[in-house]
Amino acid sequence: MQTLNLEYPATGSAARRAHVGVVGSGDLEILFEPGTDATASVRVRTTVDGFDVVWRRVLDAFFAHHPVAGRYELNDFGATPGIVSLRLLQVLETSKPAHKERIGQ
Amino acid sequence: MSRAQAWFDALSTQALPSPYRSVAIADSDLGRGPAARLLAIVPDAGNTFPRARRGEVGLLEGIGLARAVREVIELDSRLADDQRRPIVAVVDVPSQAYGRLEEQFGEYLYIAAAVDAYATARTAGHPVIALVVGSAISGGFLGHGLQASQILALDDDKIEIQAIHKPAAARITLRTIAELDELAKTVTPLSFDVRVWATLGYCDGLLKVSDADQPSSADVDLARGALADAVTRARLGPRDLTNRLQSPARRASVRARQRLAEQWA
Amino acid sequence: MSDIPALVAERPELQALWHRHSFVELDARARAHAILDKGTGHEYCDPFDRIESPWLEPQGLVPQADDGLVVVKGQLAGEPCVVIGIEGAFQGGSIGEVSGAKAACALQLAARDARAGQPISAVLVLETGGVRLQEGTLGLNAVAEILSALLELRGLRPVIGVATGPLGSYGGMSIVAGLCTRMVLTHEGRLGFNGAQVIESEAGVAEFDSSDRALIWSVNGGAQRYATGLADALVLDDAPAVRQAVITAVAVGVPERHRSEELDVLAARLGSGDGAQARFSLAGLGLPPAPSPGSARQRGAGS
Repeated sequence: MQTLNLEYPATGSAARRAHVGVVGSGDLEILFEPGTDATASVRVRTTVDGFDVVWRRVLDAFFAHHPVAGRYELNDFGATPGIVSLRLLQVLETSKPAHKERIGQ
Repeated sequence: MSRAQAWFDALSTQALPSPYRSVAIADSDLGRGPAARLLAIVPDAGNTFPRARRGEVGLLEGIGLARAVREVIELDSRLADDQRRPIVAVVDVPSQAYGRLEEQFGEYLYIAAAVDAYATARTAGHPVIALVVGSAISGGFLGHGLQASQILALDDDKIEIQAIHKPAAARITLRTIAELDELAKTVTPLSFDVRVWATLGYCDGLLKVSDADQPSSADVDLARGALADAVTRARLGPRDLTNRLQSPARRASVRARQRLAEQWA
Repeated sequence: MSDIPALVAERPELQALWHRHSFVELDARARAHAILDKGTGHEYCDPFDRIESPWLEPQGLVPQADDGLVVVKGQLAGEPCVVIGIEGAFQGGSIGEVSGAKAACALQLAARDARAGQPISAVLVLETGGVRLQEGTLGLNAVAEILSALLELRGLRPVIGVATGPLGSYGGMSIVAGLCTRMVLTHEGRLGFNGAQVIESEAGVAEFDSSDRALIWSVNGGAQRYATGLADALVLDDAPAVRQAVITAVAVGVPERHRSEELDVLAARLGSGDGAQARFSLAGLGLPPAPSPGSARQRGAGS
């Protein structure tokens, strides 16, 4: 198991905190809380060691396009970069004020 | 002879009839207070269910325990709470029974019947004491012993208290036995050492005896005294298992419960 | 509605399948909200409280912020209800120290409220392989504490178990199902203590061939459990149908005696009232006749 901490400058803001995903095989959960200090700080806990370079690349790409300030906690169980990017998009979508409360399907 | 049989025989004062050979029932004079009802699951080579012949808790054992405990509840129902007799579970159970018949009949429900009876006795005021003399594993321990208000165990290397026996634990969690043993040094709930288990919050006493397989009369006196002390503690303590939260090992549980209670509107 | 295929439009019995909203595909959180009255659910000890298992990181496993169990209180048909939902995708839905403490505490708080004159029922969404083996004796004890807490509430308000699959309710947590006031199952759902693989490992393939899916469902599957009197409702995998079955199950109220108290019935199911040399018979279960291979395939449709 490995823990990675990264920080990105962030100009955007979000309305509220959000949570997506599950720590299931091939998936991850993300907890997001908006912040005010123009920084996106990311903690990744992942079951698979040695993929630092891949994580960096995925997160660099994401925050280049979505520099939303706040704290991101990723609890990962072997998700592919595609799934990680998807979940990051999802969590920001969920943090928007217009997003309705989840009340089941 | 199984340890369950040896300790059951040693602690019995008066044997009682049982509908099933695998469910041993007796009265046990603890030297103080009313005689306890003593219960054990013992090997039965002639068990109707072939997968329950080595002391496992299966279909008949679930009903047998439930009936025996409910009989005691009924007998003492007109007494005041603090007069109700103790129930002592002598525990040496390798597991629940693993079998297709057991699954077809719904073994989970038969074990639930035993759990229901033991918990009902405890909340009615009967001191329910478990004495682990051998194995106490998985569904066997859940059905016979884990609903006790007080749990004692022999301080002995052959005591095996766990969620599942070691080879299965290794297989299912995809580790070697050596890896599990190493992990158990820091992840204490994984330990098979009874002295480490005793730190987790639900051990109320370890008994050092001279012969765990065939207890001497001194061993039996020691056990009787420990059981009588446990009865006293059970009568004074909570009836809802919250006494198990006292150990530092349970701090995550305590935090979770506190947070939930704070938020609950 | 205009896009319904002609086949479905012609066959009323297929329309329920067409229009359904799968409950099985929802995660634990969504299931809890789907059961409760729309918009009334509020979660306690949610992921942002970060009350995780302390035992997983030391083993190289990544924790989940809610430890794989949600507690959501709200209303069910206008009455207070707490849904305790197990997340099957996390560690096989297994119960650890913290998830077990959340469940037991929620049941005890509900019992406390009920004793104080504020009745609240409970629903347990059982998507679980049982005790989390990675948490050993604390996982085992956690299940024992859930069982005790359930019994505190059960005499005051119904505790309804729901097992829809994909995992079903196995291991020590199947005892929880055995204590529930009533059980709601789907065809996909399974209920049993020991899974087929464990029985095969312990007792050999003749005892239970774990590759035989038809056998597994014919022993542990929802339809079988319902047919043999161990469940109270068998519903389509459809969230509104599950919700309605739970509402009905709660509305019936607290019974005089629960299944786990009916010792005469349990003994009789084993075939003989005489205990000393119990002769058992599967006929005592009232099982339907063994299916032919063709009908087994039909039963698989839609599951």
